Amino acid sequence: MDIYQFSNFIYTFLQYIYKSSKELRNSTYFILQNHSHTLSFSNIQISARRDYDVKVEAKKLEFQTSTEPKTGADLLIDLLKQEGVDTLFGYPGGAVLPIYDAIYRAKGTINHILFRHEQGMIHAAEGYARITGRPGVVIATSGPGATNLVTGITDAMMDSLPLVVFTGQVARSVIGTDAFQEADVMAITTPITKHNYQVQSIADLPRIVKEAFHIASTGRPGPVLVDIPKDISAGVLTEEPKEASIHLPGYQPTTKPNPLQIKKLADSISKAKKPVVLAGAGVLHGKASAELTAFAEKYDLPVVTTLLGLGAFPADSPLSLGMGGMHGTYAANMALHDCDLLINFGARFDDRLTGNLKHFAPHAKVAHIDIDPAEIGKNIPTQIPIVSDTREALMELAHHEVEQPEHQSWLATLQQYKQEYPLWYKHDTNGMCPQWVIEAVHKVTNGNAIVATDVGQHQMWAAQYYTFKQPHRWITSGGLGTMGFGFPAAIGAQIASPESTVVAIVGDGGFQMTLQELSVIYERNLPVKIIIVNNGALGMVRQWQELLHGNRISESILHTQPDFVKLAESYSIRGVKVNTQEELITVLPEVFAHSGPVLVDCRVLQQEKVFPMIAPGKGIHEMIGVKP
Amino acid sequence: MKRIITATVQDRSGVLNRVTGLLQRRQFNISSISVGPTETEGVSKMTLVVEVEDDQRLEQVTKQLNKQIDVLKVSDITDKAIVARELALIKVASSSQLRSEINGIIDPFRALIIDVSKDSLAVQITGRPDKIDALIELLRPYGIKEIARTGLTALQRGHQPQVNELATYSLLK
Repeated sequence: MDIYQFSNFIYTFLQYIYKSSKELRNSTYFILQNHSHTLSFSNIQISARRDYDVKVEAKKLEFQTSTEPKTGADLLIDLLKQEGVDTLFGYPGGAVLPIYDAIYRAKGTINHILFRHEQGMIHAAEGYARITGRPGVVIATSGPGATNLVTGITDAMMDSLPLVVFTGQVARSVIGTDAFQEADVMAITTPITKHNYQVQSIADLPRIVKEAFHIASTGRPGPVLVDIPKDISAGVLTEEPKEASIHLPGYQPTTKPNPLQIKKLADSISKAKKPVVLAGAGVLHGKASAELTAFAEKYDLPVVTTLLGLGAFPADSPLSLGMGGMHGTYAANMALHDCDLLINFGARFDDRLTGNLKHFAPHAKVAHIDIDPAEIGKNIPTQIPIVSDTREALMELAHHEVEQPEHQSWLATLQQYKQEYPLWYKHDTNGMCPQWVIEAVHKVTNGNAIVATDVGQHQMWAAQYYTFKQPHRWITSGGLGTMGFGFPAAIGAQIASPESTVVAIVGDGGFQMTLQELSVIYERNLPVKIIIVNNGALGMVRQWQELLHGNRISESILHTQPDFVKLAESYSIRGVKVNTQEELITVLPEVFAHSGPVLVDCRVLQQEKVFPMIAPGKGIHEMIGVKP
Repeated sequence: MKRIITATVQDRSGVLNRVTGLLQRRQFNISSISVGPTETEGVSKMTLVVEVEDDQRLEQVTKQLNKQIDVLKVSDITDKAIVARELALIKVASSSQLRSEINGIIDPFRALIIDVSKDSLAVQITGRPDKIDALIELLRPYGIKEIARTGLTALQRGHQPQVNELATYSLLK
């Protein structure tokens, strides 16, 4: 029987299967090796080898599982599975059609979540990365798909979040010809990624994927982008690629501290009269909260956390001074100003923390522990530079016998600051205070929820009033300050941690930038609780205009807004509008008891401002609004 | 202050863009840059002359360059014992009468005339940038039509004087 006779035979056989029963159809699967002759029949593709050695196997698999030749995209999916990827945050399009074909074929083995905008999905991937510590994996198409990711990639770069972003690209033959949906993604993303690749050959794919995950998740984490031309993802694999190994001679992050520097730090601690610890997100990335807590408690060291470091040290500890910086507590900022030894674990001395550099810790010896050597000495002259993972440094420090510093009067002063200048706000009979809303959410969730925020006043109030006792509960956009971040980031967090209570605390402005993702939480029944701190304004802009721009309120009031409750309902999600404290007290327990997502539109006072505050250009000790 | 920084890099597409883009983003001014292959296949060497304000900024530029995945090694060799050279091609307006006069000027610079036409000639000179500047100034009165310079490239000398060796050069001893 020659190959054509054989084909006809198979064709008849398949016709019989197809007509006979659905069940048989669904349980029949053909594997034919080495495709030199292909015959298509409905959804079945069948191939036969030239030497007529045809194997027909029946397995309990989905009917659609085809025997098409393996493509670059199939290989990509295999490689993602090897990296332990369980969730893809994606949006299809022309240049990634081969990848989506491979996702279709791999159905059930890898979870793909379809968002409604690329910005939403990449923020979700950031939320996922923040909670799991593993890279969030993003797939977008070429051109507009890729450019829509730019905000999220930059956000991840600024806040050191591990992401591996796959973008489609037009076929190699038309790159550089201004082809349909072509954008120079490599040039666009070079300054906003830790590294980026454009795949030039299928054979490189295993190495590039491996390196991308390695770079994204080691050292100082960050986003890595892999640009895949369509002819690569659609290209047929001629042979099974070899096991790839990482070859990165220019990338060897230092994770272990220099023992001499640690000794120097230990000596400085014993001599310090006014020591303070600054805990940044590096403590969380290094999973060093327990070690940091033990270290601070051993030597009675007061701890200030940065905005992104919230949760790195338990906020209810007597040694905690709260958050430092522009809207930090009086005690935290005065400690940073007056200290004689500042031990910075994994914070990058951002300008929103330091205020005017001239007045930041002017009398202090500065020790800076950071995994990124470029951060040390970048903004603040550092006497004890320690390039290290925070956990490794703390473990090394624990081996040293350090004399207890004599700093009782310093601790007493800071305690007095804490008591005399706590965070404050005044209740108003005219309406609900936004700060109180955060406190109410804190109370009903016992302070154990995962909280994701947008950017602005509500973010600062959440940072101030949702006191975090545990690490990895706080997701916010710090460095880039991205409005529209909070809600999708909360979705990512809920995907990462399905059992946790996840709250998105958002403003009415930022929420309207990414609210299209309401579809996703309904579709996937993700019980994200959305608290809109709705003051009908771009509150932080309004606050600065009131305080710093002569009360000229320019384009920062949102006169027209959707009915958020109806909006939620249009997505089949429960929505509640709350105007008063009494209403909120009755509503909140029901909201959090509900098994699905709920949107709560909290109408709060527009005039409320975030205090204390350091005006731009002022020193960290020059706070305004420290007392009522 | 001008600093000479060398960077050995992986010879991959886009690596020049990564380096220059980074310097631009961090606000470092590049005076010159030259790139070429090295003795190792797949590795290129860049010699950058950058303008930096102070030591802190200098430290930042080297650290930021080192952070690049494709950058293998960064050295500031300004204060090392180095040989540094640049090549320049200078087209000077010259009639046949002036040719020998120009020859007399370029001779002490060990420069060469590499092209002659009816009303111009091209001079090739190699040396440190200040030497090239000096020759350009001397040739300027004749009318310079065009200049092409390669930018500085540099190499550390085989023997680096140790700090304690310097004493032996003292005239007082």
